[in-house]
Amino acid sequence: MDESWKRAKGVFAAVGIPPVFWLAAFFLIPMAIIWAYSFGENKNLVEISVNGTFANYAHAITPLYIGIIFKSFWYAVVTTALCLIVGFPVAVAITFASDKTKTWLLLLIMLPFWTNLLIRTYALMAVLRNEGFINQFLSLLWDGVSHLTALAGHPLPPFQPLPLLHNTFAVIFGLVYVQLPFMVLPLYAALDRLDRSLLEASLDLGAGHLTTFARVVTPLAMPGIVSGVVVTLIPSVGAYLTPDLLGGPSSLMIANIIERQFKTADNWPFGSALSFLLMYMTFLAIAVQAIVARNRRAAASEAAS
Amino acid sequence: MSELRIRDRTPPGPLEYLRRWPLRLWLAAVAVFLYAPLITLMVFSFNNSKRNIVWRGFTLDYYVAAFQDSDLIAAFGNSLTIAFISTVVSVALGALTAMLLWRFRFPGKTLFEGALSLPIVVPEICMGVAMLVFFTQIMPWPTSLPWPLNLGAIIISHISFSFSFVAIVIRARLASFNRELEEAARDLGAGEWRIFRDVILPHMTPGLVAGGLLAFTLSLDDFVITFFTSGPDTTTFPVKVYSMVRFSVTPEVNAASTILIVITVALTFIALRLQGNDVARNAAGG
Repeated sequence: MDESWKRAKGVFAAVGIPPVFWLAAFFLIPMAIIWAYSFGENKNLVEISVNGTFANYAHAITPLYIGIIFKSFWYAVVTTALCLIVGFPVAVAITFASDKTKTWLLLLIMLPFWTNLLIRTYALMAVLRNEGFINQFLSLLWDGVSHLTALAGHPLPPFQPLPLLHNTFAVIFGLVYVQLPFMVLPLYAALDRLDRSLLEASLDLGAGHLTTFARVVTPLAMPGIVSGVVVTLIPSVGAYLTPDLLGGPSSLMIANIIERQFKTADNWPFGSALSFLLMYMTFLAIAVQAIVARNRRAAASEAAS
Repeated sequence: MSELRIRDRTPPGPLEYLRRWPLRLWLAAVAVFLYAPLITLMVFSFNNSKRNIVWRGFTLDYYVAAFQDSDLIAAFGNSLTIAFISTVVSVALGALTAMLLWRFRFPGKTLFEGALSLPIVVPEICMGVAMLVFFTQIMPWPTSLPWPLNLGAIIISHISFSFSFVAIVIRARLASFNRELEEAARDLGAGEWRIFRDVILPHMTPGLVAGGLLAFTLSLDDFVITFFTSGPDTTTFPVKVYSMVRFSVTPEVNAASTILIVITVALTFIALRLQGNDVARNAAGG
């Protein structure tokens, strides 16, 4: 169907030059500069000399920073696992709903995803903080119980709010809150394509629902699970706003460290090196997904032939 | 009605998972998890109490306060202006990109497609710092320019991350175009421009609108990349709200957030309506 560009050179140039120019000038060049800076050093306050040093990468793998990189990755893995556990039944429910319910359920999942990230994070702050809704509710319960025990002569000590905000719990909670739709949608897309007669066959032949899901549905839905994992994992590793607003000093993630190198510490070369380490992690995740998808397809076509 | 009730009493079929209570309970819990924070935020923006926690009656005071906060209004104006300009340019670039990839076969096509997907997959923080460096070292954007030109750096960054998304939406729409129409137009003597204007463009229009709404929401929503390209005089709404929420939760912020939630939700509904099933069908097929 495609037409060779040589057949209509004028149209090709008119259509092609603006986007190629924009992508190169305002995306690829900025990225290339960061990449170059990651091999440079601060000469003075304003000047950075790119001299091919690997010192920034060496600095990035010192225990402090490698620890933060691992921690970011670990938070992202926990987040992804939780999203998978929470999201899989949701995806199943959407898949087997009637067409009309399906539309509504999809909207239910997607609507928060379209709401501003900052506002969603802020809403969590309002819920989790010491004076937040959860602690206020618990405090009311506590007071009620305290009144009852006071009647018996043993009032409870005053209510201590649960520390729900500015810690690791809050960061993971926030990341799951933000990333859940990213997990549910690919899972749903994969489950929706399943051949339902396979499930019915499994159930008819005496497997229970859980066995059917473990041994029939999960293997068949694996491409969807892998892409759900990747699209959840990547933004979680690089999350900035969630750890910044919900986290405490000990739950900083790699993006917060990068931001500091650029905004307060003024160590751009080091920040650039960290940025590119984050990018390489992203590319690695995408490559793994592509390889899994290709192997699946190859296996499927082999099985078909 | 009675039919419904009879049907509901039949035991759920083997695959009617939605009619089993554990799954219903799970769905309800997830819905509460996703919506309770947002809904409480919206409800309490109308609460007549600074302490913000016990219901003390309905008030619009915080909306009035938010509308009288001139910094907030200026930031909101900036956000809308940036979103508007970035949408127009993103749609133009996205449409050209979609046409390029849809119509032509050329050397380096795969490479271009790969590069085009970068703005979508690269972590926001990396793109943010890249834009910060670009606009301080390579192309310093004068902030003394008259409004809205002083917003140039932010607008350019927003276009860079939006137009790839727009291109995907428009390409999905173009995939359903019947090429015979183009050939017919050519046989009947229409030139390239005429074919584009009278045959391709009308078919593309729903994609353009959907892509435009997507670009608008992306721009209005963006915090991280804007955070790195905005200056003291060029804050956007999310950046301003960020500086307000950094340390405290106030009803004014609740009110401002509620306004933004309502705007984005409304835009999303319009986008979903217009988009029809093009993108969904493509995603399912691909």
